[in-house]
Amino acid sequence: MEVFLASCVVAGVPLLFATVGELITQKAGNTNLGVEGMMLMGAVMAYVASVGTMNPYLTVLSAVLAGAAGALIYGVLTISLRANQIVTGLTLTIFGTGFAKFVGQPYLGKAVPAEVTQFFVKRPLPLLSEIPFVGPIFFRQDIFVYLSYILCILVAVYMYKTRIGVNLKAVGENTAAADASGINVTLYKYVHVLLGGAFSGLGGAYLSIVRIPLWQEDVVNGRGWIAVALVIFVAWNPIKAFFGAILFGGLSIMGMRLQVMGVGISQYLFDMIPYLATIIIVVFSTHKKRKESQPPADLSNNYFREER
Amino acid sequence: MNLRITKRGDLPKKQEIIIRIAAVLLSIIFAGLILLVFGLNPVKIFTTIIDGSIGSKIRIQQTIIRAIPLTITALGIIVAFKMKFWNIGAEGQITMGALGATWVALHFSDSLPMPLMLFLMMLAAVFCGGIWAFIPAIFKAKMGTNETIFTLMMNYIAIKFVTYLQYGPWMDPNAGGFPKIAKFPANAVLPSVFGVNIGWIMMIVFTVLVYLFMTFTKKGYEIAVVGESVETARYAGMNISRIVIVAMLISGGMCGVVGMIQASAIEKTLISNIAGGYGFTAIIPAWLSRLNAVSALIICLAFAMLIQGGTYLQVSLGISSAVSSIVQGAILFFVLGSEFFLQYKLSFGKKTKGEVA
Repeated sequence: MEVFLASCVVAGVPLLFATVGELITQKAGNTNLGVEGMMLMGAVMAYVASVGTMNPYLTVLSAVLAGAAGALIYGVLTISLRANQIVTGLTLTIFGTGFAKFVGQPYLGKAVPAEVTQFFVKRPLPLLSEIPFVGPIFFRQDIFVYLSYILCILVAVYMYKTRIGVNLKAVGENTAAADASGINVTLYKYVHVLLGGAFSGLGGAYLSIVRIPLWQEDVVNGRGWIAVALVIFVAWNPIKAFFGAILFGGLSIMGMRLQVMGVGISQYLFDMIPYLATIIIVVFSTHKKRKESQPPADLSNNYFREER
Repeated sequence: MNLRITKRGDLPKKQEIIIRIAAVLLSIIFAGLILLVFGLNPVKIFTTIIDGSIGSKIRIQQTIIRAIPLTITALGIIVAFKMKFWNIGAEGQITMGALGATWVALHFSDSLPMPLMLFLMMLAAVFCGGIWAFIPAIFKAKMGTNETIFTLMMNYIAIKFVTYLQYGPWMDPNAGGFPKIAKFPANAVLPSVFGVNIGWIMMIVFTVLVYLFMTFTKKGYEIAVVGESVETARYAGMNISRIVIVAMLISGGMCGVVGMIQASAIEKTLISNIAGGYGFTAIIPAWLSRLNAVSALIICLAFAMLIQGGTYLQVSLGISSAVSSIVQGAILFFVLGSEFFLQYKLSFGKKTKGEVA
């Protein structure tokens, strides 16, 4: 049981990065549907950096930069040039998919160098890993997983306990009012859109470097889109995102587990579960109108001061 | 000095065209720069793409074969997007259409006359593609469910379902254990005219029909009104749920036809990636056409050149065909950006009191 839950965490980490990233982006009032593309850009650039430098830090940095670069294209188009957010995000996904295929082609099926995979082996944390039940699940993981815990907590503190976090909320809820109160709306949007891209890039890197340490074109395989849905499921709350991501990580590996256990139902039918669950979530989260689980009021509206 | 942005009035047609062409040219330069960064010669790549797509009769035929699914999918997407219903489920609707057509092809007698067989396959494809679009549409219409995520998840479910059939109940017992679905009988394969399957005739017919539907019919007008403003539509007494559902049935039905064409003429069976990414790629020309059916046909032909040229690139120079996706993405980025310059005017003026740039 603990072993299974520990692998749910591993399967959930890429979703966690991407979900938290998209959550920050949406808090600034922008829906970026390019998560899948940015994850792929992060995944492929992390991979290329790992082969080129054999340095785990540069590998992670490369993913951050690649994700943020994708987000920058989106940001320039939607924030400065006020292009349609939905279409721009979709295009970013198409672009990112092509980019990853193109850049990764010479590496297809080749493994991540041992210098890097060695760095990301499981490292039980002293003391914490000895806690019954919780320890084996959460604290006998690799450094990348710990990084996701830390970032998740940092984002929660940032959003709820700092002045900038409060301002960020204002930007997403009522851009015009935030602007009137002297908040630099454009800067806030750019920073958080780029931050969101960087997180997505990290999520992609976890997949291509740690989860499946060899290059294959479909590493991300729809996880970016599940992350977009998870943002709704977790009601824009980074702490809930943590548990939501692990839950969905679990759903995504269940099919294979049950197959191994000899359950006589096709694995391919079980593979549908995360997608079906996502639909059910989207249906129910839009149906119940609880105040705290609603999207930022100014989400997806491009802001133009002269038009307010 | 301070940069000022003001809304433009109507732009002269000529200036609009210049801005658009400039955007496309810039995007090609941008794509060229990306290629340069990767140590490739952009001029050689672009000429190879053109040569590979229209350099010979067979290559032109190949380009048209690719334009067929792209165009019909784009037409389906146009009907939904016009309503601001973000149907990104075309991939799944194509897959389900193919599934419907395959069911007919494999379960009905291979002695049926070909036109009847093809007609029944088409009906099944429209039905299945339509159902796949209907499910998210009814949730959107009745409960306001986010259609972007819903239609997208339906893609994965459709593809997994076909994979399940391929490895399970529909596996061809005569394939020697390979997880394959049986080939279609001869009467279930679309015939060719001028060396290209008759999908090209459907492509032209659908383009005209969608153009007429969107421009001259009441339903087409209602769809546009809902897209402009749901409030206006409601105020005018339109039945919004009904419009959403009808439009999505048309959208999904057309994508279903694409599935039938691909299964019948190209693969001659059903495979899990029968949609082959056309459902996503078609979003780009649909948007570039400004949701106009006739422009969409022309742009899809150009995009089919890019795709076919990309494949040729892979074969002749060993360069990944993904180059064409990068170029496509770049074109749309620049055109999306250029919209801004069509709508707003930049001017430099003195900073006035109380204004912050």
